Amino acid sequence: MKFTWFNLMPWPSLPDNFREEHHSVWVDIPNRLYDPNKGHFVYHEYMDQLEYADSLGYDGIGVNEHHQNGYGLMPSPNIIAAGLARRTSQAALAVIGNSLALYNPPLRVAEEFAMLDVISGGRLLAGFPVGTSMDTNYCYGQIPGLTRDKYAEAHELVMRAWHEDEPFAFDGKYNQLRYVNLWPKPIQKPHPPIYIPGGGSVETWDFCLDNDYNYSYLSFTGYLRGKKLLDGYWDRVAARGKDESPYRAAFAQTICVADTDQQAEEMYAEHVNYFYNRCLHVHGGFADAPGYRTIKTIKADVLNALSEEMQSLFPNLTWKELVDEGYIIAGSPATVRERMEDLIKSLRVGHIFCLIHIGNMPDWKTRYSTKLFAEQVMPHLRDMWPEWKDDNRWWCQPLDERLQPETGIEQARQDARMPL
Amino acid sequence: MNSRMIETGRGARVRVLEAGSGEPLVFMHGAGGLFPENPFLDQLARHYQVFAPEFPGFGESSGETLLEDMLDFTLHGWDVVHELGLTRPHLVGHSMGGMIAAEMAALVPNDVARLVLVASAGLWLPEHPIPDIFSFLPHEFAQYLFHDRSQGEAMLTGGLDLKNPEALKEFYIGNARRLSMAGKILFPVPNRRLSKRLYRLSAPTLLVWGKSDALIPPVYAEHFKAQIANAEIVEIEKAGHMLPYEQPEEFVRSVTTFLQ
Repeated sequence: MKFTWFNLMPWPSLPDNFREEHHSVWVDIPNRLYDPNKGHFVYHEYMDQLEYADSLGYDGIGVNEHHQNGYGLMPSPNIIAAGLARRTSQAALAVIGNSLALYNPPLRVAEEFAMLDVISGGRLLAGFPVGTSMDTNYCYGQIPGLTRDKYAEAHELVMRAWHEDEPFAFDGKYNQLRYVNLWPKPIQKPHPPIYIPGGGSVETWDFCLDNDYNYSYLSFTGYLRGKKLLDGYWDRVAARGKDESPYRAAFAQTICVADTDQQAEEMYAEHVNYFYNRCLHVHGGFADAPGYRTIKTIKADVLNALSEEMQSLFPNLTWKELVDEGYIIAGSPATVRERMEDLIKSLRVGHIFCLIHIGNMPDWKTRYSTKLFAEQVMPHLRDMWPEWKDDNRWWCQPLDERLQPETGIEQARQDARMPL
Repeated sequence: MNSRMIETGRGARVRVLEAGSGEPLVFMHGAGGLFPENPFLDQLARHYQVFAPEFPGFGESSGETLLEDMLDFTLHGWDVVHELGLTRPHLVGHSMGGMIAAEMAALVPNDVARLVLVASAGLWLPEHPIPDIFSFLPHEFAQYLFHDRSQGEAMLTGGLDLKNPEALKEFYIGNARRLSMAGKILFPVPNRRLSKRLYRLSAPTLLVWGKSDALIPPVYAEHFKAQIANAEIVEIEKAGHMLPYEQPEEFVRSVTTFLQ
């Protein structure tokens, strides 16, 4: 099993009446609610936590891309990842990811990911989300009915740029480039492992299987609801005659660990509540621009996690319901271990994106939960897929000899010395 | 009205409603498509040979992937006219259809007899931003589209109760299909630089607007008029953006008076 510690980077000071007084946490959230002076400390706290997770032995540390979003303060995850690349040396840098269709030209992603891979010594996991409708269509103005076409072209361009050793011309519908010539190129050959976050369309599953990319299901509604979707994915894997390595799939899960089940509720309930009722308060009309999903996918009745219907459930959920229905996995290390085993087996996943910082959780609680998970849960879950233990197709292959931040910082601060 | 399927040179399959006799008149619908009942078309057919094609992605017409940008939509409009064998028709376009009709007239000015732009899209005035129809929830449409909201609601849903989950799903799928196409020329800001081309219009042009249009307010008619050589404005009382449906008699009277 591989565990990646994620920080969504929520703004921790949304007002108590946010849900009642504001239209949406995303797209048109008033930016006067953001205080950059406070933001200075928030960014550093969140980046420190990611570094802390590296020091505790999490396999990866994760960042993602959102725009105009009160619960995701990373319009550019690459900036955060660059900071982490300099100050960590072990964990994979999971950038899940860059929304290809939003970059002009998308070659920018090939370049920046190559930079991150080189700076980190080959530790990059490269995510290529289509991007949510909120980000892609409403914030960044992409035409919904053409978004997937543009994404497909951008993907082709990035892949060719990573593979080719000579300059080439690219005549796309959305991008025309006379000289594509990637400098620098990534350390990992021909490119870092690719992760595709998806919501459950057959087209996305096939895209992952055609290219042997990891399929990552990122939801906030937990593993019991996620099962229906991942069952569909595994059926598709079997139908396509692919091997059933659990590392083909990743799942994001909100996790809270304390000494006892009761202490977990006492410590974390208010932050979970903050997340579901303020951070996920998205105007339903922004959740799915007409044309963003194919008619086929809509007809397949895939649950849209941020639909009005789904959101209307959140305000009334009790802690017990959140736990029992698997939105969150919370409790003592023993409880969390048991639920995690159930999650991993029932979804058949080899990668967990651990959402341990939640909503407005203060630093000490985040570290407390993070440490308990690392020390008392993670070791027991390591070998859940013994028959696949050597399957590293979806993990990074760093350089054996790479710079370590401890020595790097020391050297960086040395005065000039004449060589003897 | 009768309906038949035609296929354009590009390969789009288009359903066309038609009725009446006389000079040819092509009506182009807005982003919501034609409704099951379109009384204003029946009334126009008493005076003209009326054709109302549905764009790909609307109703039974298909070929959505063939149209991607403004020029595609404009040429598609002419493809339909040619396939119907019409010479110098009147073009009447409502909302998105008005934008397409104006583009058609800018591209081939001498092939249009007279042009009627009904609450037309195509311009953007920063001081009067057009509300974002692409972010509306189902129950939010009527207040922007109709003078009389409750009557409008019934017309929009064709009598379906949006509180019924199945009805809501039907509406949602139809809306996604229609607005996905409309978005190619209207999203995120409904402006594809038509104003650069309006100088080419030579056909006499009527700008007909509902006085209580809350989507594309009547101030837009003034701006169209200022940029078109030969244009006049008619405003209709107690009508919103969907004026052909809300005040069909008054709408048809304005159009026929202008075309005579």
